[in-house]
Amino acid sequence: MSGALIAGWLRLAASRIAAERVHLTELDAAIGDGDHGINLHRGFGALEARLAAGDFATDAPGPLLVLAGRTITGTVGGASGALYGRALLRAGAALEAWPGGSVVTSAQLAAVLRAAVDGVAALGRSRPGEKTMLDALVPAVVACEAAGATGVDVASALHRAADAAEAGARDTLPLLATKGRASYLGERSIGHLDPGAVSSALLLRALADAAAGGA
Amino acid sequence: MVAIVLVGHSPELLRGLRAMLAQAAPAVLVSVAGGTDGGALGTSAPMILAAVRGVLAEAPDGAVVLLDLGSAALALEMALDDLVPADRARVRVSRGALVEGAVRAAVEAAGGGPLTAVLAASEVPPGHDKLPDDWPANGTAPG
Repeated sequence: MSGALIAGWLRLAASRIAAERVHLTELDAAIGDGDHGINLHRGFGALEARLAAGDFATDAPGPLLVLAGRTITGTVGGASGALYGRALLRAGAALEAWPGGSVVTSAQLAAVLRAAVDGVAALGRSRPGEKTMLDALVPAVVACEAAGATGVDVASALHRAADAAEAGARDTLPLLATKGRASYLGERSIGHLDPGAVSSALLLRALADAAAGGA
Repeated sequence: MVAIVLVGHSPELLRGLRAMLAQAAPAVLVSVAGGTDGGALGTSAPMILAAVRGVLAEAPDGAVVLLDLGSAALALEMALDDLVPADRARVRVSRGALVEGAVRAAVEAAGGGPLTAVLAASEVPPGHDKLPDDWPANGTAPG
């Protein structure tokens, strides 16, 4: 997993968020404060601009993820900015701790994703089943860990992780929100997709596609 | 003297509150971190970190941080995680209401109160004495 792949992923994610920003905002308008797509578009747009301007003076994947995480925490704004920023920072720190600073096997990838998702869960004081981004992220990590145990390559493991994230996001429809602003709605949150789970699945699909050469 | 840090989603809201504190307690150092790095509504962990570090450098007695909404706590936690332990030990985060808590904290700080006293002053329950005791119950005809 090279720095070029990380940069390609972040650019692909930025363009897909730009394309989905209205949809994400509509999902959030139903059960939140209606700014999820706008916030992510602003933050990933800023990230894309910094990548294009050559602001990040590194090609190493770990440091690049850390710089991206700092940008996201400063520009997205809502709770999602802190949570996605924490995920990127923890993933970057996990990669930097590795000899060689990169992911080679799907088992290593699973460990990096686990570090990122554990960071999100700890900061949000949340767990799967509460109609949050964790309902997409945790199944993705579990799928990646299973793939890592069987020794498939990184691109295949990411593909399975993205599939699991999308299924997890779809499965937020009947859930009762108990965290974040959606929890203010109580039972009226049932019957809506969680926007954070949907954007999490989008980000993981973009990573899988970038790794598969689609970036 | 203990310093105050205001964290919130709106730069305008915090600018206004800072002006109120400057009038109530002009000697107290107040720093604000409102909005995202680009000035949009939201919070920014890097901006919060800079605000906290800025006052800690000037205020050996520490700082009390107040928030506008619970969602600001996530960015605040990320910012505080980046402080060195000696700095983190001089920061207290208030559960108080932003406006009343900040005014009370600033007045306590101006009087020379220590960090624990400024924190306690900021955490008086919202609405504690905003209305006089003989204020008519809501829904009753005005006297």
